[in-house]
Amino acid sequence: MALKDITLGQYFPGTTIIHRLDPRVKIIGTIAYIVALFLAKWLVTYAIMLVVLAALIAISKIGVKSILRGMKPILIIVIITGLLNLFYTPGQGEPLVSFWVFTIYPEGVWAACAMVLRIAMLITCTFLLTYTTSPIQLTDALERLMNPLKVIKVPVHELSMMMSIALRFIPTLIEETDKIMSAQKARGADFDSGNLIQKAKALVPLLVPLFISAFRRADELAVAMECRCYHGGEGRTRMRQLKLKGTDIAALILAVVLCVVIGVLGRYGF
Amino acid sequence: MEPIIETRRLSHIYSAGTPFEHGALVDVDFTAYRGEYLGIIGHTGSGKSTLIQHLNGLLKPTSGQVLFEGKDIWESKERTRQTRFQVGLVFQYPEYQLFEETVYKDISFGPRNMGLDEGEIDRRVRQAAQFVGLKEETLEKSPFELSGGQKRRVAIAGVIAMEPSVLILDEPTAGLDPVGVESILGNIHDYHQAKNATIIIVSHSMEEMARTVDRIVVVNDAKIPFSGTPREVFAHGDELEKMGLGVPAMTRVFHRLKGMGVDIDPSVYTIQQARDAILAKLGKAVV
Ligand SMILES: Nc1ncnc2c1ncn2[C@@H]1O[C@H](COP(=O)(O)OP(=O)(O)OP(=O)(O)O)[C@@H](O)[C@H]1O
Ligand SMILES: [Mg+2]
Repeated sequence: MALKDITLGQYFPGTTIIHRLDPRVKIIGTIAYIVALFLAKWLVTYAIMLVVLAALIAISKIGVKSILRGMKPILIIVIITGLLNLFYTPGQGEPLVSFWVFTIYPEGVWAACAMVLRIAMLITCTFLLTYTTSPIQLTDALERLMNPLKVIKVPVHELSMMMSIALRFIPTLIEETDKIMSAQKARGADFDSGNLIQKAKALVPLLVPLFISAFRRADELAVAMECRCYHGGEGRTRMRQLKLKGTDIAALILAVVLCVVIGVLGRYGF
Repeated sequence: MEPIIETRRLSHIYSAGTPFEHGALVDVDFTAYRGEYLGIIGHTGSGKSTLIQHLNGLLKPTSGQVLFEGKDIWESKERTRQTRFQVGLVFQYPEYQLFEETVYKDISFGPRNMGLDEGEIDRRVRQAAQFVGLKEETLEKSPFELSGGQKRRVAIAGVIAMEPSVLILDEPTAGLDPVGVESILGNIHDYHQAKNATIIIVSHSMEEMARTVDRIVVVNDAKIPFSGTPREVFAHGDELEKMGLGVPAMTRVFHRLKGMGVDIDPSVYTIQQARDAILAKLGKAVV
């Protein structure tokens, strides 16, 4: 697998209504969805959550394939969580099967399914956020949402600037890593075989040039920013003003309604 | 002539299966003959780098085959690795891949990976340094205190030290001053002569190509529309212009003349050839 294929946190440009929503609304909506997920109890609530998610995916035109691919790296965690739930949920009545030290109760099967579904939906909804929102928009929105923290002297602007620079450079660094790796492979470097120590040693020809180039880039960026008179957040205006539109408000209301409905239904055990 | 590297219906798709899917090569048949000095030319983003990274097995074809000396390089893991030593590849801006404490150690990285003994490694490092015009005392310096042009030489020496029978260079002269360009091209030419090696060189510059290579392969939009001797290729002047490549200035003048109704061969590309063509046209003996 080439490093490029990692889709975690990647943005797929688009023009659907979800892409165009205010990023602040999308962040709040995602949080609302996650809260609702933990309020969900049983078949009905889960079904609603699933339908909502499916609808959002359909509207955003993000391929199911891309989501599944993004899920790959965390598959192991999901499976282990599922298995733990399967074996360690105690139940009343007859166990379903029992072998060696393991016993599985019907409750365990339910718990495992519910847990796996919950994690999968949680991850998918955060994917939906990062797939439809550019990193710039995301950090912009986070900065605005965290603005009240300035009162208690949190350097919100600096933090969000650092975050947007980091996000901006992840793809660049991945590309650079790919390139240096190829160049060293062309000189016979072998990154795949050997024991742990040999593998660690094999990384030197990759890491040294990578760090050097990262420092060089950081330096260049700092100079470029100073040349454009960057001096921190004080008195800085923004190029893109975030403004709530009708659809944004509607989306916010829907998110709240979802939370309330799931909360109430969950409370009554649906 | 005997082919040394061939591709058969080679296709490469980047990020297959995502919205970023992009066919960088489509059904490309490419051949390099043993001992030739081959130029690859193409517009930015046409697929040149993608093509050459297939030739030594750094990229795996999405479909199609790459043959080295008649055998598929993906036949076995061992064969792929051996091909990497036989087909040396110098990347675009190779100076960013240096990592060792001294120039000597950096150049010896390739030969050491080949499992050669110390004596042989030492011989190769010194010879490679000589080929690219690095002085003895530079070998003990840190590569990071050298100038950009010197770093590039060290990087090229690092590949030459593996003594590949095919040496591929991706824009080795990009970003160098005219003197640096001449001297690097000279070094490559020396290696070609001394080792009877096949050279494949990627470039943007038609003029540079025209002066140095035996044959030119044109890459455009993931395909190879035509290839041939510089003369044959420059005869496609209009098509080259359309690809945004342009032809050497001298060829352009002659295409114009032809367009103005002068009956003259438009495929010349050096001043010498131009002079001969004009004299012949005027009915004077070639002096
Ligand atoms: N790692 C990659 N992932 C996705 N797409 C890529 C990758 N590398 C190259 N491409 C795309 O493939 C196409 C061909 O790229 P390639 O690097 O082969 O071009 P090139 O002819 O070498 O250009 P240049 O003259 O600028 O070096 C380009 O459109 C490029 O955007
Ligand atoms: Mg290139």
